[in-house]
Amino acid sequence: MSLGPEEVKKIAYLARLAVSEDDVPAYARNLSSILDLVAQMNTVDTRGIEPLAHPLAMTQRLRSDEPTEPDQRTLFQGIAPQVEAGLYLVPKVIE
Amino acid sequence: MMEWESVIGLEIHAQLATKSKIFSGAATAYGAAPNTQACAIDLGLPGVLPVLNTDAVRMAAMFGLAVEATVAERSVFARKNYFYPDLPKGYQISQYELPVVHQGHLIIDLDDGTTKTIGITRAHLEEDAGKSLHEDFSGMTGIDLNRAGTPLLEIVSEPDLRSAKEAVAYMKKIHTLVRYLGICDGNMQEGSFRCDANVSVRPKGQERFGTRAEIKNLNSFRFVERAIEYEIERQIHLLEDGGTVVQETRLYDPDQGETRSMRSKEEANDYRYFPDPDLLPLSIDTAFIEAARQALPELPDAKRERFMGEYQLSAYDAALLTVSRDLADYFEATVAALGGEAKLCANWVMGDLSGFLNKESKDIGDSPVDPSQLAGLLRRIQDQTISGKIAKEVFEAMWQGAGDADAVIDQRGLRQITDSSAIEQIIDTVIETNPNQLAQYRSGKDKLFGFFVGQVMKASKGKANPQQVNELLLKKLAG
Repeated sequence: MSLGPEEVKKIAYLARLAVSEDDVPAYARNLSSILDLVAQMNTVDTRGIEPLAHPLAMTQRLRSDEPTEPDQRTLFQGIAPQVEAGLYLVPKVIE
Repeated sequence: MMEWESVIGLEIHAQLATKSKIFSGAATAYGAAPNTQACAIDLGLPGVLPVLNTDAVRMAAMFGLAVEATVAERSVFARKNYFYPDLPKGYQISQYELPVVHQGHLIIDLDDGTTKTIGITRAHLEEDAGKSLHEDFSGMTGIDLNRAGTPLLEIVSEPDLRSAKEAVAYMKKIHTLVRYLGICDGNMQEGSFRCDANVSVRPKGQERFGTRAEIKNLNSFRFVERAIEYEIERQIHLLEDGGTVVQETRLYDPDQGETRSMRSKEEANDYRYFPDPDLLPLSIDTAFIEAARQALPELPDAKRERFMGEYQLSAYDAALLTVSRDLADYFEATVAALGGEAKLCANWVMGDLSGFLNKESKDIGDSPVDPSQLAGLLRRIQDQTISGKIAKEVFEAMWQGAGDADAVIDQRGLRQITDSSAIEQIIDTVIETNPNQLAQYRSGKDKLFGFFVGQVMKASKGKANPQQVNELLLKKLAG
């Protein structure tokens, strides 16, 4: 399967990545070969094989329902670009 | 004219009543100062690891058992990828292919007195997102992540609902159930219980579903009903005018009473779910499920049946009294304190007590009059110390903190007059001062009987025993 430049741009948009026009052909080639690999894997007969949820053959450990985390807002907001009234400020997300 | 049938499925989000978050030890208390309950895990800082909260799992299992669903021995958490600052990780941890609960059902009561079984496809655990505040920040959006990571149980129904009314009946039933189970406080104003509605229409008799629209974030029963009704009408009009329904997300605007397309021509959402490598599969063993089963309280349907049998209440009364566990407990405590008279207790709990609670937007738990005090009042109706009408006055005084029934009755001299000679005296005075009415009555104007009753009650300040007044007055007026 091969991806064209328009598809690469659409994928980049969906991933919120800025891709320069010059890099588009290279991405198209690389992504296409990844898809080829997936297509190749798709030909393997996996009937009767349980899907792998995690490579470790273990189950989830549970913790008891206790609030243990202190308020560290000041520390965390120290690395935020912009804060106001205790809120993290981000570019407006609705038009 | 074509007949249309609407098809509705609900996705209900119930915030689970845990003390800490689903994957972190941050507190979940409502109303804290912004971001004071958002730890490194909730913020999605690098290098953190989510660890699952036992109680969230236990609550999901309880719900599954209550709707006779399968509680999965093995379920898997998945990442649902989307970019939005209310979840800074860039994904929501949810469950996709293997949810913790699947294939349950719930029976709802319809207006015509019949019942209907609604399938519950699945219920899965996931984390809630933070809140975005769009005002007051000079063109920026303010983000409060206190809610991010709060456990949610998303309860997905089958598309079995056929009207807005059925959808509301189903949602109310789930609302009652989660509060009975104690797994969700059900507070819709605070967003603890909200739903998305999938709505489509099809020509009656057609098997294939029509294209559906999803109405997001409905946070009251009234909005659910209105939004669905509007959406059904909108789709029918559209189709009858030769148009087509677009599969899209819509928002209900309560001010305009309409639904509106939420995302204009945005690229199709692809959440790219995949198993979260930070979390191992969740394994629930028989012992865990049995412990959850032991923790189940008497469920609403069972309680309603019992109330009808044990207290001889009508289906209607029993349904009203079992709307919440606290109300049902209050009723039962009142009956126990009074030693019977369930119907009298039911009338007062559903009548005056609920009236005062509603008027002051109070929960039953905040009632200033407790069950034993209410029973104390009802006892005085029973032994005829006061009439039912005076009792309302006494109740109001008790509500306002004037003490228990006996104290109020004594202080205000409300003891009912049952001494027939005292009542006769009042009657004599009333008859003497109204000779014209007496003459009219005796010449056949029976309706004036009510006038005399009114005058006597007024003269006794409402304290004369009404039954005695009727009897004595009849005799005296006959002459």
